[in-house]
Amino acid sequence: MSDDAKLAVRIVLRTRAFTLDVAFEVKPGVTVLFGPSGSGKSRTLGCIAGIVRPDRGHIALGDDAGFDDARSVELPIHERRIAYVFQSLALFPHMTAEDNVAYGINRSVPKADRRARAHDMLGKMRVGHLAARKPHTFSGGEAQRVALARAFAMKPRALLLDEPFSALDAGVKLELLAEVGEWLGREKIPAILVTHHAEEASALGDQVVMLEKGRVVREAAIDDPTLSLPKIRAAAK
Amino acid sequence: MDLGPLLLSFEVATIATILAALIGIAAAALLANYRFPGRDLLDVLFTAPMVMPPTVLGYYVLVLLGRRSILGHAYEALTGRSIVFTVEGAVVAATIGALPLVVKSVRAALEQTDPTLMLAARTLGATKLRAFFSVQLPLAKRGIAAALMLAFARAAGDFGVTLMVAGDIPGKTRTASLAIYDALQAQREQEATTLVVVLTVMVLALLYGVGKLTARRADER
Repeated sequence: MSDDAKLAVRIVLRTRAFTLDVAFEVKPGVTVLFGPSGSGKSRTLGCIAGIVRPDRGHIALGDDAGFDDARSVELPIHERRIAYVFQSLALFPHMTAEDNVAYGINRSVPKADRRARAHDMLGKMRVGHLAARKPHTFSGGEAQRVALARAFAMKPRALLLDEPFSALDAGVKLELLAEVGEWLGREKIPAILVTHHAEEASALGDQVVMLEKGRVVREAAIDDPTLSLPKIRAAAK
Repeated sequence: MDLGPLLLSFEVATIATILAALIGIAAAALLANYRFPGRDLLDVLFTAPMVMPPTVLGYYVLVLLGRRSILGHAYEALTGRSIVFTVEGAVVAATIGALPLVVKSVRAALEQTDPTLMLAARTLGATKLRAFFSVQLPLAKRGIAAALMLAFARAAGDFGVTLMVAGDIPGKTRTASLAIYDALQAQREQEATTLVVVLTVMVLALLYGVGKLTARRADER
């Protein structure tokens, strides 16, 4: 993936409560979508992943449009290669950790290699010992790691994190945030983290996009001194 | 005692359950996962055999599959056999009885699966079809197994449509439920009682199994 694979987002979507009307750019690194619940954060992620269809807009990774109403482009979800880590994690309950992680690996790769890669990724996320076990036996932090391993293993072009850390206690959370940050640093792909926890925002984010009632009210670098997020970035490292 | 009618009922019910599974699961998937014009009409069509008088259903089958119908004619040209007044007719009748149960219960089972899991599969690169077969269907497997057991019980006991479409030909299309009627008419009460007991035990055992399958859910899937 080239360093300039920016994710450009422009979405207009009328909903019952408000009109989502946002435009922003996500550079490689983490952009935090910050805002009160019901401000349109998850819906924005849904549009980027292809789960929700905007009324109008343009969503593109570099030069590749995933959605563009002007040119009638609309890639189906499975062709976008955008990893989405859901708040519920959405691990497949009937599959082992290894099968969960292997699920998203390109099917043109031979099965044995897919398994090996899945195993390898679980190891990197330090949950290799869970490979043969099913999700109902995982702790919260373990499930989290398997879900991230699954997202990473598919070699996504962008990563969407929809509040996946909110159920974790602080210690586990900071450790995981650091690992996600490390992986993103290597892969150099754009990522969006939806959260309403200031600590997560400042631990992982590079820039912040603030939403309110479906509009972008503020865009800033995470270390912008006028941004009122608690400064615990140092503590995360 | 003649075991023929019982064996025939099991044979017919087995084939009918397989047919109802193939048609019913496909229809249930369509109804559960897609919105399309005519969806409610399709739902009504698949539910109708539950409440429609058997004679009315039988009439439609005779019209659609009888020897002078296009389908009936084609089948006869291919196999040299007629659909009506043969075992084939009994299978069609049993399938029609079983189909609504399969469609209703499988649809409910599919709709109970967490939609986020299907979306997760899609974001991981799965087509709709792959997500269905690898995620939704396995997660609904208990409900589907229960539906097929109900379908088998229903198929093994069909009376009205079978009588209309397959007739009551001894040794050929006389299934257990028809044999009970005949035995009573001919005052062979012991034979009737035996068949009644066998069918009752079978239905109760299947329903017990269905209860077991649908009760345990939370612990493990």
